[in-house]
Amino acid sequence: MNNNLAFDFSVNKENNTIDVKREFAVELPLVWDAYTKSEILDQWWAPKPWKARTKTMDFREGGRWHYAMVGPEGEEHWSLVNYKSIQTRKNFTGLDAFADAEGNVNKDMPQSTWEINFSDKGQVTLVEICISYDDLSQLETTLQMGFKEGLSKAMEGLDELLASAVKSK
Amino acid sequence: MRRDVFQAIADPTRRAIIVLIATQAMTPNAIAEHFDTTRQAVSKHLRILTECQLVRQEHQGREIYYQLEVSKMKEIENWLEQFRKLWESRFNQLDSVLLTIKNNKK
Repeated sequence: MNNNLAFDFSVNKENNTIDVKREFAVELPLVWDAYTKSEILDQWWAPKPWKARTKTMDFREGGRWHYAMVGPEGEEHWSLVNYKSIQTRKNFTGLDAFADAEGNVNKDMPQSTWEINFSDKGQVTLVEICISYDDLSQLETTLQMGFKEGLSKAMEGLDELLASAVKSK
Repeated sequence: MRRDVFQAIADPTRRAIIVLIATQAMTPNAIAEHFDTTRQAVSKHLRILTECQLVRQEHQGREIYYQLEVSKMKEIENWLEQFRKLWESRFNQLDSVLLTIKNNKK
């Protein structure tokens, strides 16, 4: 599906953020629901062949989303998002962390702060995601987790990258 | 301690040094001429970059030349590329989910 929707991905090393922008070809309320309702999140949040599976979702300030990324072999990686602030259909912020099945945060793993903004651009809805880390070395860890979790198995040209990443460790 | 590459490139001067030596190896003196900072400051940046294995030293006669470790830079790019691809595949999946929802509403 290629309909020339804007996609922009940039790393800002001045303030340790990753900025992702993407337009979607439907009206804002639908997009907002897709990011905030677990039954929709479960359908797209994990890159194939992984699947996202929500255990609990409480979308309100102070509430949290506890979900697993489930792999093709049934392996589970749990995450928690704690929602900090919500302005309905405008933006929300949250703290993203690795966790276990019981919902305990893994303190050894990096956490990141998310800010997601939604703007109505007429025919399309623009979503701007700003992911910030206390320090970019955490980003490195997160991306390595990505390797370990095999998230990247779904992506092309990966074997080569994996080999080089393993070698350089 | 092994520093990590992201710390290395978090500093604007160090990023400028990387750009400078990307095309040719240079001596610390030649590098320092491009910056308003002291020689010591430049040397410190070069030491950090060396510790991160982003640059390596080559001795030619009595001079030390600094040169970029291209493979290490690639490593950073690869990591970020992975992350970018993760989001890209998410968004493509979301496109189809949204389309389905939209069509069901009609």
